Amino acid sequence: MKANCWYGTKTLRVEDVPDPQILNARDAIVRVTSTAICGSDLHLYNGFVPTMKRGDVLGHEFMGEVVEVGKNVKNLAVGDRVVVPFPIACGHCAQCEREMYSLCENSNPNAWMAEKLWGYSPCGIFGYSHLLGGYAGGQAEYVRVPFADVGPLKVPNHLEDDKVLFLTDIFPTGYMAADMCGIQPGDVVAVWGCGPVGQFAIKSAYLLGAERVIAIDRFDYRLRIARERANAETIDYEQADVHEALREMTGGRGPDHCIDAVGMEGHGPGLLGAYDRVKGAMMLETDRAYALRQAILACRSGGTVSVAGVYSGMIDKFPMGAIVNRSLTIKSGQCHVHRYMRPLLERIERGEIDPSFVITHHMRLDEAPEGYDIFSNKEDECLKIVLKTH
Amino acid sequence: MDYIEDIEQDYGNQDRTEQLSLGLGWFSIGLGLAELLAPRALARAIGMPNASPAVLRSFGAREIGAGLAILSEPDRPAWLWSRVGGDAVDLSYLASGMNAENDNTRIGVALAAVMGVTALDVLCANQLQRSRSSRIAPRADRAVQIERVTTINRSVHDVYQFWHQFENFPTFMRHLESVEMLDERRSRWRAKAPAGLKVEWEAEIIEDRTDEWIAWRSVPGSTIENSGSVRFSPAPGARGTEVRVQLQYSPPAGTLGRGIAWLLGEEPNQQIHEDLHRFKQLMETGEIPLSDGPSLWRAAQPGDPQKIRSLAGVRS
Repeated sequence: MKANCWYGTKTLRVEDVPDPQILNARDAIVRVTSTAICGSDLHLYNGFVPTMKRGDVLGHEFMGEVVEVGKNVKNLAVGDRVVVPFPIACGHCAQCEREMYSLCENSNPNAWMAEKLWGYSPCGIFGYSHLLGGYAGGQAEYVRVPFADVGPLKVPNHLEDDKVLFLTDIFPTGYMAADMCGIQPGDVVAVWGCGPVGQFAIKSAYLLGAERVIAIDRFDYRLRIARERANAETIDYEQADVHEALREMTGGRGPDHCIDAVGMEGHGPGLLGAYDRVKGAMMLETDRAYALRQAILACRSGGTVSVAGVYSGMIDKFPMGAIVNRSLTIKSGQCHVHRYMRPLLERIERGEIDPSFVITHHMRLDEAPEGYDIFSNKEDECLKIVLKTH
Repeated sequence: MDYIEDIEQDYGNQDRTEQLSLGLGWFSIGLGLAELLAPRALARAIGMPNASPAVLRSFGAREIGAGLAILSEPDRPAWLWSRVGGDAVDLSYLASGMNAENDNTRIGVALAAVMGVTALDVLCANQLQRSRSSRIAPRADRAVQIERVTTINRSVHDVYQFWHQFENFPTFMRHLESVEMLDERRSRWRAKAPAGLKVEWEAEIIEDRTDEWIAWRSVPGSTIENSGSVRFSPAPGARGTEVRVQLQYSPPAGTLGRGIAWLLGEEPNQQIHEDLHRFKQLMETGEIPLSDGPSLWRAAQPGDPQKIRSLAGVRS
């Protein structure tokens, strides 16, 4: 089968690899119909995530048709059309029982690698480095889905792929970012980053009752999409002083909640931005946390800073003083997708949201390397690329 | 009580010095291999591109010899002094290369590096000598001791029952080939040892308290003397069962065996930690989930199930 394989920083190849086979009794094989490139895939593409190996199959946002099930998978049948959550979860450990699926204690066979980096291991993730399990990803014609009796959700045939594909990651991820804020009536939410997760965070904040949502980015077209399709007010951080603008827009209070939908490859102007680039280049800091620092300082005293952007290692110049002295709450986590998939599918079915609003490009799986290049460089007003396998 | 602390401190220092000694031993082997296998690249790196590969290879052989000697007896100062002698040869050889046809800056850097290593060699040799002459007690017991704990989201009874079937061990303990019950208390264990060797021993259960703990030990005269115990206790707040495993054994070839085991990634503490994780996976999910890239040596790409299983050390 064809699969999009990682061969080093900014080096991808779509090549022929063996078809996946059932390895465990709770596995299923899914024939992929649609798969997307995620902003977090760009962290792999740009070499920010350790323990990648040449030949790794990428991709964790995918859906398709079940073509084979292991003998302990009773809830799926060949021919079922499913969306598959990006975290792999066993459904039986203490974390899964608490619905903290991305903390599954059993799905990462390479847990020891993650323990070295983070103390304890989170769940395994499709196509996302060896320290998160070394699972082949879904930017391929077929994919093996472990614990298939727990993860995949059947979707109704009348909803086309583009409408349900993002249940696998970015819609629940944006939704959880807003959910973690504990939004109350009258709340103003600020969202750093108008990429796909940021767009879903904006939409979700409104779904959860926010009064106003203010979005921050530097790309005109992304700010335009946030205004036109997600109803946000916007700030271009290259044109305005974000802190002052937010203060001005919120009657001097600051936003009640701040969402970081940028993560470790943030860009910042001025001295701190340069500081992070230099420290990163010298390997003294792995992640650039410009957006996160700004979100912390901008947040209303007693408010919530919700981090949906991905960080992998260490950051520097973390404003702990602001957190302690102003009673801020920091919340974060890889999305517990399984928890949100069904209720969000219901929202789609009721017409409350059509997640396909973020799609700007459809391409073929063969064109994945070009797609990464366009997405990474934000060329051609690219916001979200969906790859079709057939 | 002071003297006990003194002895403990002495043993602590002794351990650290031996660590340094082992480190220098591995360094010797690494450098030796480089000299032996890539003398021309090394010659360029030290700024003496015309150095004779034969001379560098002979240096390499000397380094490997010294390294092996240190690894087999890391507490013996003589082997470290032999390294100091070798350092002197290296220094004079480098100094002789300081002339117009070579890159003197690179030679200078190489000289500084060798001088640094020489200082470490002298320090280590001195410390070993001192602790040797001051030591009055016999050598500390060389047995490896391991204690690891995990929490499993199942009842104490279930976990005890599964553990009690010693035949189950090889499904989650990577280094075990088989465990066979000979009668109620006695069992025969077959295990993979470092460097592809196999070992076999007989063990007997010495304590067995239902839903509490099981203890066992090898019968007298076994090749690997070992003993172990496992305790089961309810985790607070219905969080399942805490499983605490304790093992001790004398490695097959003493310190060298441990060194090789470390080199092969079979560091025993880590090994048991991973085995316990597999035990948890098996108890909680009914399987040991396999990924396509279960190590850094294999890309995360679909492939032959047999190969993947064997790389992951999982039986089908």
